[in-house]
Amino acid sequence: MAAVKETVDRVKAIDVDAYKYGFVTDIESEKAPKGLNEDIVRFISAKKNEPEWMTEWRLDAYRRWLTMDEPTWARVEYPKIDFQDLYYYAAPKSMAGPKSLDEVDPELLRTYEKLGIPLREQEILAGVQNSRVAVDAVFDSVSVATTFRAELAKAGVIFCPISEAVHSHPELVKKYLGSVVPVTDNYYATLNSAVFSDGSFVYIPPGVRCPMELSTYFRINERNTGQFERTLIIADAGSYVSYLEGCTAPQRDENQLHAAVVELIAHEDAEIKYSTVQNWFPGDAEGKGGIYNFVTKRGDCRGDRSKISWTQVETGSAITWKYPSCILRGDESRGEFYSIAISNGRQQVDSGTKMIHLGKNTTSRIISKGISAGRSNNTYRGQVSAHRKATGARNFTNCDSLLIGHDCGAHTVPYIESKNASAVFEHEATTSKISEDQLFYCTQRGLSEEEATALIVNGFVRDVLQQLPMEFAVEAQKLIAISLEGSVG
Amino acid sequence: MLEVKNLHVSVGGRKILDGLNLTVKDGEVAAIMGPNGTGKSTLSYVIAGREDYEVEEGEVLLDGVNILEMDATERANAGVFLAFQYPLEIPGVATMTFLKAALNAQARAKGQGELQTPEFMKKVREAAQKLGVAQDMLKRPLNVGFSGGEKKRMEILQMALLQPKIGILDETDSGLDIDALRIVADGVNALRAQDRSFLVITHYQRLLDYIKPDTVHVMARGKIARTGGPELALELEKSGYAAFTGEAA
Repeated sequence: MAAVKETVDRVKAIDVDAYKYGFVTDIESEKAPKGLNEDIVRFISAKKNEPEWMTEWRLDAYRRWLTMDEPTWARVEYPKIDFQDLYYYAAPKSMAGPKSLDEVDPELLRTYEKLGIPLREQEILAGVQNSRVAVDAVFDSVSVATTFRAELAKAGVIFCPISEAVHSHPELVKKYLGSVVPVTDNYYATLNSAVFSDGSFVYIPPGVRCPMELSTYFRINERNTGQFERTLIIADAGSYVSYLEGCTAPQRDENQLHAAVVELIAHEDAEIKYSTVQNWFPGDAEGKGGIYNFVTKRGDCRGDRSKISWTQVETGSAITWKYPSCILRGDESRGEFYSIAISNGRQQVDSGTKMIHLGKNTTSRIISKGISAGRSNNTYRGQVSAHRKATGARNFTNCDSLLIGHDCGAHTVPYIESKNASAVFEHEATTSKISEDQLFYCTQRGLSEEEATALIVNGFVRDVLQQLPMEFAVEAQKLIAISLEGSVG
Repeated sequence: MLEVKNLHVSVGGRKILDGLNLTVKDGEVAAIMGPNGTGKSTLSYVIAGREDYEVEEGEVLLDGVNILEMDATERANAGVFLAFQYPLEIPGVATMTFLKAALNAQARAKGQGELQTPEFMKKVREAAQKLGVAQDMLKRPLNVGFSGGEKKRMEILQMALLQPKIGILDETDSGLDIDALRIVADGVNALRAQDRSFLVITHYQRLLDYIKPDTVHVMARGKIARTGGPELALELEKSGYAAFTGEAA
């Protein structure tokens, strides 16, 4: 059919052009030799001048990793990864640890400018005062710049690369690292524990409301390089922080591995809001290239009345394997998960959340919106469980899937487990298709089919978009439109 | 001016329009009446550019340009507006957002700048007030949970904002009580203008008591069976369509 062919051609043409972050920055980099063994782990640790305890922690993780098998239960398919054919460490050569932004390679600053992330504080200050965001920028394996540190320090907030926190705040790192995602948690988390190179560290002292949004931008630049970042956020009693991460990578023919670990700890009455706009390169229309995104994110509501909220907008990656979860340990603690996952082309998404109710009167809420277009597959996988002591646990789950076109798939796999008779779990799910009638109605008013699709999709995801910080909601809305270009047939 | 010339249309191999000819002059209000299943809605969809209809032969000219070569978006931007018999619901999209998207799309197509928000809001509020559309309805998702009458009023509101060259009303009277009918008709009458024409598709004379047509066409078996003035509608009210279906059969 001519119409089908035309659509396929358009998707092909657009998919590649639409990924506007697909440039490569020409920066000399220093890499560890290819492959993984104990020497590489020591090499990474030495690069960071790490103390002995940290090196041992990594080696322990590495040895355990050797005994583990790659998980295969997700609804994703990909050729077996040769973990010996990857670089585990890459750093821009000029980076011997900048003291200030003036020492940062101008080429790197230009890269972040291209991404629309201003790293120069004065530029941000000169702009809109209200939209001030402190940024930590991670390029391949190292953090290149963290902004607004002085101002944050006044409030007692620590926001720095984790490699630095190991030196400056070893007591905090020792106490919390691996306390939410244990070293042996799963194959990719264990690998991350062995080779993680950088990421962000955040500590909010008791009673402090973090004066600005914190944000980390991750960029994979080098070829054949895995990125293994590690983020650790601790909100002490009665504090509040809102944190956003953004991710992009160049367009490459081969797949790149991204295996991050994020750990959140919320003490009594503390609240952490963690938002992600994930836009890794999704691969081309045939499914060539793109990022394998195997990420472990978990939050621990350790104190009573603590709250952790995950919001994610997932549009990129060839494969997504990601389940941001909450352990509701404190009594009356609350976990939230708001997700928009869009897949197009040949993308495969297997994502969802876990809400583990341990404390009394804990509540959780899951709103998941999956949108599949092209020939993609989109799976929601979620687990809600109540421990036998979790009296009065409550969960509400709403999973909606929207299909665009005829060749994509949407799947919902909820696991619900209750060991306490007083727990109340509700689950709602819908699957719908954008109807020809809706599209015709919109085009009859003068909208193009693509504008119409974007409008309908934005309506579909509205509940979740509202959860994002203002500045990023607009960005996310645009991103959704770009991801769906060429998806109408 | 809208000219339909020798239009042959089929759906899934079944012939619906069979050599239909029709002219609606600028400023004219033409009514199309006829029994169920005679192709009235098909005609409106084919003019507006809905896919899945196979145009085998013929032309549809808007001011001399054959719009059959355009897609639905281009036709809308050229000034074709269809008030749907069953307006679609767009969940999660506020009515105001939808109106703005449509208005801006058409402004862009005409090479005009997009409307500034305050100017746009003012325009919508004024038009809404005239049609008795409550302000809070503009904040609700488009057509979701609207009553039949509210949906039809929303169609006319969109038409008032988009200012088309030709407005096609597909059974706009269906499901309306007499008060709602009057409001909708007043809305249409307020839009009557020298350079705008209307094609009013209806079963019943009732709507034509409020929107007075210049011409009445009777459609049967895929073509125009008879054309006359407003008195033709009254005649049909008495005698029904039997003569036409019989005549055509």
